Amino acid sequence: MSLIDLTAVSFSYGRGRRVLDGIDLRIEAGRNLGIVGESGSGKTTILRLLLGLALPTTGRIAFNGAPLDPGNRSFMRDFRRAVQAVFQDPYSSLDPRQKIADIIAEPLRSLNVETDISAAVAGALASVDLPPDAAQRYPHEFSGGQRQRIAIARAIVSRPELLLADEVVSALDLTTRIRIVELLKTLSEKMTLVLVSHDIGFVALLCHDLIILEKGRVVEQGPAGSILSSPQHPYTQRLLASTPRLPDFA
Amino acid sequence: MTDAIPTLARASSLRLTPAFLVGAALVGLHVVVGLMTLLWTPYDPTAMTGGRLALPSLAHWAGTDRLGRDLFTEIMIGARIALAVGTGAVAIAAVIGVTIGLLAAFASRTVDDVLAATLDILIAFPTLLLAMLIVAASDGASLGTAILAIGVAASAIVARLTRILARRVLAMDYITAARVSGTGWLGIIRIHVLPNIWPTLIVNFALQFGLAVIAEASLSYLGLGAPPPNASWGRLLQEAQATVYTAPFGAIAPGLALVSLVIGLNLFADGLRDVADPTRRRR
Repeated sequence: MSLIDLTAVSFSYGRGRRVLDGIDLRIEAGRNLGIVGESGSGKTTILRLLLGLALPTTGRIAFNGAPLDPGNRSFMRDFRRAVQAVFQDPYSSLDPRQKIADIIAEPLRSLNVETDISAAVAGALASVDLPPDAAQRYPHEFSGGQRQRIAIARAIVSRPELLLADEVVSALDLTTRIRIVELLKTLSEKMTLVLVSHDIGFVALLCHDLIILEKGRVVEQGPAGSILSSPQHPYTQRLLASTPRLPDFA
Repeated sequence: MTDAIPTLARASSLRLTPAFLVGAALVGLHVVVGLMTLLWTPYDPTAMTGGRLALPSLAHWAGTDRLGRDLFTEIMIGARIALAVGTGAVAIAAVIGVTIGLLAAFASRTVDDVLAATLDILIAFPTLLLAMLIVAASDGASLGTAILAIGVAASAIVARLTRILARRVLAMDYITAARVSGTGWLGIIRIHVLPNIWPTLIVNFALQFGLAVIAEASLSYLGLGAPPPNASWGRLLQEAQATVYTAPFGAIAPGLALVSLVIGLNLFADGLRDVADPTRRRR
């Protein structure tokens, strides 16, 4: 069964033009999905819809087969626990006033997850290769790459089924990018990834399937291998031609 | 692999600057003196204990006023009144201002626009003028009315600052991350918004405290503050006006007390911001 289904989803901000138009999308457990497009293509809006932070203007979003229902607290708690996210900017995604332990523990506390919080935080830090004493420090004491690892630790501490990553490496230098890609590859053995990026080369390293967005519409979708080897749409061909690639980890 | 964590930037000791220590000492001195007057004063503040307009002496450290009352005793009582007005006014401004500011920050665009315009209109009135209007509209001059008037007048400034600061915080990715983590809006206010805005607010509260002290002195100077026999510094300054050329110390002493408290509050506030902000701490 699919984790999340988007059926004929469209979205507009107020009475403005449609940012997304007729999106059909299925996220299946165990198959990493890459959503690729340039700025303004609607990637971030899709991410907000997938996270339940916005509701579609038309169309339907379902989680484990049931329609997304923001008014149902029990449903949303299960949804939040199962679907977590990492954001682009490692400098604004961590609260500067909170210690790392509190940042990572926030999903556990907010979702009332019954667990040993200290042990869970230490486990999450270990999963992202950060030492246990990092828990008692503040975000400003860490580099950009380390902060992104902390953000990933927060996202995985509740053991989600689905991890959404919004341009997670675009603010990082090349060496740190490679480390984050390695980390995501390890995590993909335990959970499904949805990578949102303008960089088709980056998402192709980790994703089984790709969706190419242009101006709010899906112009091409399918297995990553076939899209990379024989892109059909001119926009996909342009994207591939213009994107530098990371070393192949596959 | 484990990245090396830079040790130079680790949060460690708090930075207590000389300015902060001077501010804390000045404020602390006024607090101690103000509290002391609840138990003891050198003389009865209403009793004539010496000659009129006497110069400072061992018996009367700040001299006497035009009725022969001990000026040092009156200045001590004035410290208590200044602190009471400052504390009360800032508490009122904080409760009203922070609440309205947070509501505006979280409100829809239309409600936010209405609140923002209302605050701008209120801020356009000078604090003292607004306080005078409130005092004039009330039953009459009293310490309580002065506190309420100054607090309400200052709350518009606190509300606007809170709104600006809160909106800035709400735009950060860590708020989105908190929502994704299942944290509700009240939790977001408690865990993220207030801790991130209070260091700036507390500096503003200290500034407002100083302004409240000055506003109360001004109201008392105009006869709209704490009525006699309350020995407000503003009333002492007003009474000394007539004899400022013959007995200047009657104006200098309460003026120094007023200035030292306001400067102390400002220095103290700057130091508090450093203590409250982990990103400003350095080894």
